[in-house]
Amino acid sequence: MSFGQSIIFNEIQGVSHQMKILVPIKRVIDANIKVRVKSDQSGVELNNVKMAMNPFCEIAVEAALRLREAGEAEEVIVVCAGPANGKETLRTALAMGADRAIHIESEDSPEPLAVAKLLKAVVEREKPGLVILGKQAIDGDNNQTGQMLSALLNWSLGTFISRLSVEDGAFHVTREVDGGLENLKLSGPAVVTVDLRLNEPRYASLPNIMKAKKKPMEELTAAALDVDITPRLTVLKVEAPASRSAGVRVHDAAELVDKLKNEAKVI
Amino acid sequence: MDFALTEHQRSIDESVRRVCAQFEDAYWLDHDRSGDFPIEFRQAMTEGGWLGIAMPERYGGAGLGITEAAVLMHAVTNSGGAMSAASTMHINIFGPHPIVVYGDEVQRERWLPPLIAGKEIACFAVTEPDAGLDTGSLTTQARLEGDHYVVRGRKIWTSTAQVADRVMLLARTSPREAQGSSVDGLTLFYTRLDRDRISVREIDKMGRKAVDSNELFIDDLIVPMEDRIGEEGKGFRYLLDGLNPERILIAAEAVGIGRNAVDRAARYARDRVVFGRPIGQNQAIQHPLARSWAELEAGWLLALKAAWAYDAGQPSGAAANAAKYFASEVAFTACERAVMTHGGMGYAKEFQVERLLREVLIPRIAPVSQEMVLCYLAERVLDLPRSY
Ligand SMILES: Cc1cc2nc3c(=O)[nH]c(=O)nc-3n(C[C@H](O)[C@H](O)[C@H](O)COP(=O)(O)OP(=O)(O)OC[C@H]3O[C@@H](n4cnc5c(N)ncnc54)[C@H](O)[C@@H]3O)c2cc1C
Ligand SMILES: Cc1cc2nc3c(=O)[nH]c(=O)nc-3n(C[C@H](O)[C@H](O)[C@H](O)COP(=O)(O)OP(=O)(O)OC[C@H]3O[C@@H](n4cnc5c(N)ncnc54)[C@H](O)[C@@H]3O)c2cc1C
Repeated sequence: MSFGQSIIFNEIQGVSHQMKILVPIKRVIDANIKVRVKSDQSGVELNNVKMAMNPFCEIAVEAALRLREAGEAEEVIVVCAGPANGKETLRTALAMGADRAIHIESEDSPEPLAVAKLLKAVVEREKPGLVILGKQAIDGDNNQTGQMLSALLNWSLGTFISRLSVEDGAFHVTREVDGGLENLKLSGPAVVTVDLRLNEPRYASLPNIMKAKKKPMEELTAAALDVDITPRLTVLKVEAPASRSAGVRVHDAAELVDKLKNEAKVI
Repeated sequence: MDFALTEHQRSIDESVRRVCAQFEDAYWLDHDRSGDFPIEFRQAMTEGGWLGIAMPERYGGAGLGITEAAVLMHAVTNSGGAMSAASTMHINIFGPHPIVVYGDEVQRERWLPPLIAGKEIACFAVTEPDAGLDTGSLTTQARLEGDHYVVRGRKIWTSTAQVADRVMLLARTSPREAQGSSVDGLTLFYTRLDRDRISVREIDKMGRKAVDSNELFIDDLIVPMEDRIGEEGKGFRYLLDGLNPERILIAAEAVGIGRNAVDRAARYARDRVVFGRPIGQNQAIQHPLARSWAELEAGWLLALKAAWAYDAGQPSGAAANAAKYFASEVAFTACERAVMTHGGMGYAKEFQVERLLREVLIPRIAPVSQEMVLCYLAERVLDLPRSY
């Protein structure tokens, strides 16, 4: 299935300056942490591990803030689905400058389809003109939520964008695709997923961290949104990648060929 | 009892680390070589609003406690910037405390906002060459002449005086003999660093070359009456108030450096293969590093305990002194071990640990020596006779 190649135009309104932007963010293991598999192989160890906002989500927040600062949007709402500590990550987004936050609490981090359904419900309540997501979360690397959300909403979609602007009532995006860049014009409302090169996210300043403490954080549940988030996937076993064993030194080409033939059996 | 940082404190830690991460090893190494003041770093911290973390909100600060300030300074030194980074801003964090508490409203309005906004840099001139740790025997004189004071004397080690706009100055306004107690007769001023009347000579020193420390020759410096903080003769007492917070910050800074050194050493020990195995597989290498890790953990807890006591309005002298003493010792040992772990490369600048070792000596010496801290604990906690 290929999203994004085709542009889905829908007849709904264009882009308005009163637009709200919704930015879903995910809490993931900090990119600098060495991930360890739980001893029972049921998953990755998350206890006492440093967590952070998914880096692509930071880029999404930054993109939304820049649109608001350019006067293209009025409000930036961040939303996170998952365990209670997701509020901390939302607070970080508020400290970057988002206006308010919504936390949808669940015991575990929901699967992409469940997240997309939750987001659809939030979109229906908040009526944003644009949803900006990271292209993927660095934990599961699923790269699905944005695409699923656009399909559920039947909204325009631009994935892996490295440029975003609002011109003449439409979203102009540049996508990073194999073989080059693709420029698209999306009619609103739209869903976009951002790539690494879109921007450099800002750091939260101390005054903004202080302000963030007072910004509203709404608490919702999947049940309240009438969304079933029961997992559809069963994880059988999680294993660490096999560690690379030390190389062997060969003396000459003949020995190399011999080893490739008789030990590695690749030729 | 809860040993965890609050969400708010963690976000401070995280945000500071982000700002600091822009300044990589090469930045600090270059500045350590050139001696140029780390102006870009200070600018970034200023823009982030970090200088005013513990200053009142009404003057542009964040009004947070010493715990948050300790988290900030720990993150700053831990980034690899060590004391070169910390000392560009350390004075801002708690140095203006006497102004906040003992200054009048006009002075607070006049002095605090530019300090917090980073528009003015202040330096702290207390230490004198002939007084040393015996602050009571300071000899720099401030003579009242009509509506102003005239100051003459010498200060030493005044850090950042090369770049500072203002100086917080402790000077004698009445002779020591005339006083009942050695802490009286000293007056605190906060005034313009007038380079026509103060000649500033940089001291060539072991480490932290990027942040200057200086000798000050003060020659008939005119200090207007409105630059005196509080009452005449009470200056040293005003400073005493800020000693515990400063010790706590220094402890946090030391732990940050020590932990950075241990991280580097562990990384090197994992990668460096000698005798057919990573050197870190040898207990002779891994145990000292593990010991340092444990010691630094203890140092950090001690610093946080002292910060907690201070912020809770409880007596914090014993904990603050113990934290400053212990944290600077274990951080020093950690840096030494990090150098030794690197073998010959520990002595090469490229691996940064020799720089950390040079800089981590500062918390052992300043703002007060380890011996004086032990004297405090012996006298005030163990109730032993005063030795000096
Ligand atoms: C990098 C750096 C930056 C500094 N920045 C500043 C600054 O910005 N502003 C400022 O005012 N000062 C600053 N200082 C000065 C610092 O606070 C002093 O160096 C420190 O207080 C020690 O004083 P001293 O050097 O005069 O040592 P001394 O008083 O000469 O002491 C020398 C040694 O004798 C020991 N000693 C002295 N008396 C006793 C005793 N009774 N019992 C046992 N041992 C004793 C001391 O512990 C010490 O080990 C800085 C110092 C350094 C190294
Ligand atoms: C200033 C200076 C001048 C020098 N001049 C010269 C020179 O002129 N000519 C020359 O040839 N060399 C010179 N050297 C190199 C010096 O001899 C080496 O640095 C030294 O032998 C250590 O070797 P290394 O640096 O490779 O450390 P490594 O072998 O990498 O060792 C690193 C650390 O691991 C420890 N270690 C390694 N294996 C074990 C083990 N099995 N058990 C426990 N611990 C272990 C070591 O003790 C050390 O602490 C110089 C070094 C310096 C710093």
